Amino acid sequence: MSFEPKNPAVKWLEDRLPITGMLHHALYEYPTPKNLSYWWTFGSLAGVMLVVQIVTGIVLAMHYTPHVDMAFTSVEHIMRDVNYGWLLRYMHANGASMFFIVVYLHIFRGLYYGSYKAPRELLWWLGLVIFLLMMATAFMGYVLPWGQMSFWGATVITNLFGAIPVVGDSIVTWLWGGFAVDNPTLNRFFSLHYLLPFVIVGIVILHIWALHTNGSNNPTGVELKDKQDSIPFHPYYTVKDLYGLAIFLIFFSAFLFYAPNYMGHPDNYIPANPLVTPAHIVPEWYFLPFYAILRAVPDKLGGVLLMFGAIAVLFALPWLDKSRIRSARFRPIYKQLFWVFVADCVLLTYIGGKPAEGAFIIWGRIATIYYFVHILILLPLVGLFEKPKPLPASISEDVLSKKPASEEAANA
Amino acid sequence: MTTTTPEEENGVKRRDFLYIAAGGLGAVGTAAAIWPFISQMNPSADVLALSTTEVDLEGIEIGSEVTAVWQGKPVFVRHRTEEDIERAEDVDLADLPDPEPDSDRVIKPEWLIMVGICTHLGCVPLKGQGDYGGWFCPCHGSHYDTSGRIRKGPAPLNLVIPPYEFLNDNNIKIG
Repeated sequence: MSFEPKNPAVKWLEDRLPITGMLHHALYEYPTPKNLSYWWTFGSLAGVMLVVQIVTGIVLAMHYTPHVDMAFTSVEHIMRDVNYGWLLRYMHANGASMFFIVVYLHIFRGLYYGSYKAPRELLWWLGLVIFLLMMATAFMGYVLPWGQMSFWGATVITNLFGAIPVVGDSIVTWLWGGFAVDNPTLNRFFSLHYLLPFVIVGIVILHIWALHTNGSNNPTGVELKDKQDSIPFHPYYTVKDLYGLAIFLIFFSAFLFYAPNYMGHPDNYIPANPLVTPAHIVPEWYFLPFYAILRAVPDKLGGVLLMFGAIAVLFALPWLDKSRIRSARFRPIYKQLFWVFVADCVLLTYIGGKPAEGAFIIWGRIATIYYFVHILILLPLVGLFEKPKPLPASISEDVLSKKPASEEAANA
Repeated sequence: MTTTTPEEENGVKRRDFLYIAAGGLGAVGTAAAIWPFISQMNPSADVLALSTTEVDLEGIEIGSEVTAVWQGKPVFVRHRTEEDIERAEDVDLADLPDPEPDSDRVIKPEWLIMVGICTHLGCVPLKGQGDYGGWFCPCHGSHYDTSGRIRKGPAPLNLVIPPYEFLNDNNIKIG
């Protein structure tokens, strides 16, 4: 199916810049495995959320003032005076959480179905780079309203770099542009918060390019073998993704209209005060697992290293996982370990939101150790010793063989 | 080298030298061009200018504390009691994570002046709390004693003593 435009204007353009053909290839004829489940919807949902964040962000920047004396009141001005300002700001604030929800589901989908394995290692890496950029962007965005959580979040996170031996203090002063988090810090965070989403757009294009080079993974983990295994992206997956989007937007709207501050902190409605730290400071929920790992180590440098290490080890996943079978459907032991790992991540999230005292410290340490044991020890060993179930010869064979309903549910 | 030809011994050509020289100069030039973009993020002249703060000690009663602001940071000015000083001096230095005698941390024992920023991740510790009668950081649970030394928790170092001097009996200049 090559692209041959009938419209003379499109043909004129295509002969000079084959952009229409490229989009046609990527969004229309792209041969997609015919067995993708709804777990494959979260990639496109993440793309939608990136657009939502950029559009709402650009209009919020038209009303926001990045200055320590005016930032907090300009956000209140948006909430009270600007037409639909409350809606736009709540969309942007809750949109960040929604973005992380779909991206976390997208990442766990990749872990379950082995989407990081050859030849998709670079695709996985680009995804992790997007994830890191998202965290940096979200952190700096949270500083902009200049409430108490904004200020102290900025202080604690920038101080992480102070743990670096010898040059740590100079780096922190350089990040701040002063001797404490202050106006220069707020200004640069605003500048970078505006910049990074467009960097993310660039990496997303590379991510999709890498995806389309080898094609999508699928629930069997078996590659496309012939034409019977695939269907064109449009209309089949455009419609499936749009349906997924509709359901997701209902979920988003429920928070947006009925609980817009559920995922925020009341302390951030108190203007920043550099002389008083709130009694209990916690980051946004999507940082909690990493925060729990940071606090699990009773040593400053060690905690910081382990926290960054928690993401660094994910880059090595394609080589740590020794199994050649991609999908957990055919890996009886890995499948169980996967769910234990999910539970461990949920536990870390819970611990990260609790004060660092008593039993929470012990559980935080156990959950942190297990996180690394799973990735660094269990994953390589299971790949060597596990006896996988027989793989289907092709996607078509798997789809056409009638499966009992119970197994279908287990794989959903 | 007396004579040079396009084909030198050891397979090294004049062209290789030109590549390395041009590349090296290009790298130095690029680094010089990048430097202003890195340096602009460091503290600007007006931030550096606000480098000293004076505090009037009169009116700070024994056992109480005021918080001054120096370079945008809180500075605790504590008028210590006799008991505070005794507790600070009566400590086995070998027990401390960051050993430092109390006498090194004060000019006059009754006045303890230190930057009120936890050396862990930068929160402001609360006075009169914690297990050692000094300060306690609510963020990640570091305990400081009556000399501001770290005793328990994740912070690696004692609270920092800023440079300061007594202008007279009742005034200090920090910075």
